[in-house]
Amino acid sequence: MGVGIEVNGLNAWYGTNHTLQDITLHIPANEATALIGPSGCGKSTFVRCLNRMHETNPIAKVTGEVKIGGQDIYSETSAVEVRRRIGMVFQRPNPFPTMSIYDNVASGLKLNGFRNRRVLDETVERSLKHAALWDEVRDDLKKKSGASLSGGQQQRLCIARALAVDPEVLLMDEPASALDPVSTAKIEDLIFQLKSQYTIVIVTHNMQQAARVAERTGFFLNGKLIEFDSTHKIFTNPSDKRTEDYITGRFG
Amino acid sequence: MSLRIQEPRAPKSADAATPVDGLVPVAVPAPASGVRAFLQARGSSSMADSTFRWVMLLCALSIFAIVGLIAVELVVHSQLTLARFGLKFFVGSAWDPVNSNFGALPFVYGTLVSSAVALVIAVPLAVGVAVFLTEMCPKALRGGLSFLTELLAAIPSVVYGLWGIFVLVPLLRGYIDPVLIKVLGWTGLFVRPDFGIGMFAAGVILAIMILPIISSLTREVMTAVPHTQREAVLALGATRWEMIRMGVLRNARIGIVGSIILGLGRALGETMAVAMVIGSSPTISKSLLAPASTMASVIANEFAEAADDTYRSALIEIGLALFIVTIIVNMLARLLVWAVTRGAPARVN
Repeated sequence: MGVGIEVNGLNAWYGTNHTLQDITLHIPANEATALIGPSGCGKSTFVRCLNRMHETNPIAKVTGEVKIGGQDIYSETSAVEVRRRIGMVFQRPNPFPTMSIYDNVASGLKLNGFRNRRVLDETVERSLKHAALWDEVRDDLKKKSGASLSGGQQQRLCIARALAVDPEVLLMDEPASALDPVSTAKIEDLIFQLKSQYTIVIVTHNMQQAARVAERTGFFLNGKLIEFDSTHKIFTNPSDKRTEDYITGRFG
Repeated sequence: MSLRIQEPRAPKSADAATPVDGLVPVAVPAPASGVRAFLQARGSSSMADSTFRWVMLLCALSIFAIVGLIAVELVVHSQLTLARFGLKFFVGSAWDPVNSNFGALPFVYGTLVSSAVALVIAVPLAVGVAVFLTEMCPKALRGGLSFLTELLAAIPSVVYGLWGIFVLVPLLRGYIDPVLIKVLGWTGLFVRPDFGIGMFAAGVILAIMILPIISSLTREVMTAVPHTQREAVLALGATRWEMIRMGVLRNARIGIVGSIILGLGRALGETMAVAMVIGSSPTISKSLLAPASTMASVIANEFAEAADDTYRSALIEIGLALFIVTIIVNMLARLLVWAVTRGAPARVN
């Protein structure tokens, strides 16, 4: 099961660029939360702060508090430990091209020294089923490379890879923006099914996508969280004028 | 004609000045047909195309010609020993110029073993240097360090040889060899007598010489691995080393093998530095501390004193052997790359 995320006074910088300013929000467990906003508003930076990927950039800096399941990930644990508990799916599918489909899914477990053959087999099958990819690849799990799949399949493979380590939170940074409408629909179905078991945070450019999959939506603009509320409220009766302008397509 | 060309030069007419969203149909000039006439006058250019093709073909064919001529020349000039010893030349281990008895095996052995020693030392070091430079080096240090690495490749090999004799050999004899004898003596690879000069010294010199080739090419391929691959591994909770192993080295392995092949090519043929530190002994011994000879070093050391025709023919045939060994090693290396990459795409998305 997933855990909730509490963010208090989060600030992030790229060099001198103050990309996130004083973000405070609480993301409930076992729900999908969408983050929307125009390009460069800080929503991607925000999710990258949730698993400490932001700091892998040498010029990046973060201050503030992020509590995941009650534990402050910046002061009470290490980055490596945090990332083991939190799965992430990136904008562009990034399967490992030199590994088979099976090894791609098992990579997280193998990385951490997990060697039990039987459990590995089971986990790979379960993860691929969860990611709705099992039926398409079951016959060439070990024959085909991860890069030989289509773009949409690659992204579902990446989701399976993230699920294989049984994360408490699943972060998705525009997971469907590089995909065609059919693949996008599959990914959305998937999010819909997964959110009962995982806490999902999804960054998206696509407002319809946010409306379709998420219980809650946050609107970012210029590094600030303008509004965070139930998706229904955000899309029907936003309290901030800027949110309304954005969702009605007046800018962005 | 001239009238039409002049048309756009009338911006002050009332029509042209009318701003209709910047689009003024009347003022749009007819195409300057001077350009058309110029382009049409150039003709079909088929001559230029076919000439270019033939010249390029000639350049490509010159490679075949050069390789062919070298092979022919080597065979022709080693006719004497080829006829006299036949295949026994390559498997015989006696090298006795006084009695005109020649066998090249000690030199083939010396070339292969010294190159192997060089690879064993240089590959981990070079990959380590490349990993440090691409993944962890502070920006301020990176430029200087990679410049120094590449500077190593620019040092002439005779200078390496001198440095080997005056610095490396005493260092090996005084400090490093005794440790190796103590620790690895049981393998039989490091046993006394130890003169400092010998197979191991040659291997170390070669390692230093091929280090820059391997590390700079490895750095190139590692830099070419997309950042998204590193992020994918990091997001799974990898430590820095795990990220490098799984996300970088694994994706770059084909290129790394390629750089090792290039380094090996240099090690096989390297002459001067090796000739200066290997001890020049036409013997095969298990101990790496014993003096030995490579194919290249024996040619360099003995060609000047090869007075009779058979002796000279034998040395040229060693040149032929080196040529063949290099080709075989390169083919094996290519086979290895093919075997590793078969099925797996070389492309990284």
